[in-house]
Amino acid sequence: MEINKNVNESGSMVDMLINMGPQHPSTHGVFRLVLQLDGELIVDAEPHIGYLHRGSEKLCEAESYSQVVTLFDRLDYVANLNGELAFCMAAEKLLELEIPDRAWYIRTILCELNRIASHMLFYGVYGLDAGAMTPVLYGFRERERIQSLFEQVTGARMMHNYIRIGGVKEDLPSGFENKLYSVIDELDAAIEECDELLTQNEAFLARTKNVSRLPIEDAVNFGVTGPILRSTGLIEDVRISEPYGIYDRFDFGIPIGNTGDCWDRYYVRMQEMRESLSIIKQAMKQIEPGEIQAKMRRIVRPPEGECFVRTESPRGDLGVFLVSDGSQNPYRVKVRAPSFANLQAIKHMLEGVYVADAVVILGSLDIVLGEVDR
Amino acid sequence: MSWQNLVFYVLGAVGLIIFLSLTVMVLTWIERKFLARIQQRMGPMRVGPHGLLQPIADVIKLISKEDILPSWADKPIYWIAPLAIFVPAIAIWVTIPFSETLVLQNLDLGLFYIAAISVLSVLGLVMAGWGSANKYSMLGGLRAVGQLISYEIPFIMAILGVAMLSQSLSLIDIINDQSKIANIIVQPIGFLIFLAAGLAELGRTPFDIHHAESEVVGGPFVEYSGAHWAIIQLAEYVNTFAIAALIAVMFLGGWSWPSMPFSGIPHHLLSVIWFLIKIYAVILLIFWIRGTYPRLRIDQLMSFGWKVLVPVSFINIVFTGFVRFYNLHWSILTVLSLITIGSIFYLIYKTPQQSRGENSIRIVPSKEAASRPPENYGDVNVR
Repeated sequence: MEINKNVNESGSMVDMLINMGPQHPSTHGVFRLVLQLDGELIVDAEPHIGYLHRGSEKLCEAESYSQVVTLFDRLDYVANLNGELAFCMAAEKLLELEIPDRAWYIRTILCELNRIASHMLFYGVYGLDAGAMTPVLYGFRERERIQSLFEQVTGARMMHNYIRIGGVKEDLPSGFENKLYSVIDELDAAIEECDELLTQNEAFLARTKNVSRLPIEDAVNFGVTGPILRSTGLIEDVRISEPYGIYDRFDFGIPIGNTGDCWDRYYVRMQEMRESLSIIKQAMKQIEPGEIQAKMRRIVRPPEGECFVRTESPRGDLGVFLVSDGSQNPYRVKVRAPSFANLQAIKHMLEGVYVADAVVILGSLDIVLGEVDR
Repeated sequence: MSWQNLVFYVLGAVGLIIFLSLTVMVLTWIERKFLARIQQRMGPMRVGPHGLLQPIADVIKLISKEDILPSWADKPIYWIAPLAIFVPAIAIWVTIPFSETLVLQNLDLGLFYIAAISVLSVLGLVMAGWGSANKYSMLGGLRAVGQLISYEIPFIMAILGVAMLSQSLSLIDIINDQSKIANIIVQPIGFLIFLAAGLAELGRTPFDIHHAESEVVGGPFVEYSGAHWAIIQLAEYVNTFAIAALIAVMFLGGWSWPSMPFSGIPHHLLSVIWFLIKIYAVILLIFWIRGTYPRLRIDQLMSFGWKVLVPVSFINIVFTGFVRFYNLHWSILTVLSLITIGSIFYLIYKTPQQSRGENSIRIVPSKEAASRPPENYGDVNVR
């Protein structure tokens, strides 16, 4: 029997090392966490990433601008449209394009829908992490509604390639409005239902309240963004602080927590879904017929230069740094992935908590490994 | 022991095992269908009408699968562990009666026997955890022990309360004692404690800590496959059925009807059916909890066990003794119990909500957020 090789020089047992992942069911993909355990307590945690490294950033340099969009679909594979939007905005900034209003409305509606879909997935797997098996099916059911809507608009359920440089691929299909409104009604009811199922559950509160509280200073220093940063009490949302597109035309709320514990991170996302729905409703009222593509050349050749664009993806501050040398292909694409930055804090959060908490904390970060490893 | 007796016991034991195996197959189907209803899906639908033959397909699949032995496993312990879980699970059933006559062997110390035997299956969990030579199994096995010491005392205390009421440890006496009024009405505290401790004993949600899928990936059973895994699973369901049967016996009055309209053979037949209905009602309650609750942490279970269940079970015993000693009417015990339950729920609800706060999320309108001046946090200026 050689379960534990961690014997110190005097021959007594020291802490147990345990590999959580890359094949652990609750590491949300191929993430590996080496935990040093003293019984059930975590003494030290060492995150290992890179199991899903596909070289996306380098691949971008070999593709033309319009082809790069498909690579951005596959970064954050839960919120594809938000990824597409970030790259298209960067290319448009270099090209100095004026995007027609209708294209922006379509983009906003779809991106906010995608935010809801992503948060619904989070809701489901977070319940699963905490040990409840029902939320995951409720979450996936709602996500499915949104994805079938996406399928009608973009032709694909996940890898849409719909948001293009200069606009969007196609106009909304006929009858979209009615379908969207029925989906919105269903989502309104479903968010309430999901809320009732998990949010105030006594066992769920016990598992998430006051677990891994993150002070604002630490969150800022780690570069944590998105719902996790907002849960600490800082009012920071790219849609507000650096409004892009047409976000300054909507009235919506930003859910802000005050403790930064796991429950706050969870509930900020739940409230964000409600706010996204309100954005979609406002956008549907304001949208008018018109062009969906800017006037531009078919082959995209931005002038020499560089730019950095920030967007608010469901996971946080998604930035794209784009360098152009004037050719058909980008010279360099650097993605500032929110999951990657959020994951930095995990080592700090895991010190001194229980193994069971590690799962809940990792789940509350809502990482997507495609984006972390790129 | 005469040879007739021997034949009776052997046939009885074989019959019991066959009955329990069939019950487990029914239970797996019910659990899957019932959870599926909760989760808005269909459950098994392909094998037979409404998936009725699914358990048989599962059994065939499990038996024909390869039994994998991890190369570092401690072989004897690894192979014996499923039996160490399975045998106590079956042994409990020796003394659980289905009707006044349908019982393998009624023991005068029946409850004591059950309390003693039910602990043994934890030994199997530890053996499986150690023998698998897997760190997750190890953690799971140790969790099972940690769980044991926190639920076992309230478990036994709840049994004791029932024994005090009926002045007997024999299950048949306990049921006959409840022919007028079921113990759940007399002693609601005992029922709740036994249910909670029973769930912990079974390792079912919200106390499925030792085989927590999202944490220790199935706990002691990670490395098992094929027939051995099937045996473990069989034991788990037999235990579930046993706890449900115990609840039915001790708190729901077993086979006693409110008033019995028949006599003779129809009486016995209906008794068995009535008893099974009660058991399945409890089982559905257990499955329902599984469909709705997340899992507690091990330290939370232990503090729940020691800080809530143990004191409350002592209060239960004191009240029961008080009522029995002064020969008071049973309704006094009911009232006392309900007051205790109410005050405990009040205390449990009050303390967390003060520290947790009602709802810590506020919603800042976008216009207000946009006009905020930058702030300095850490090393960075943030809007």
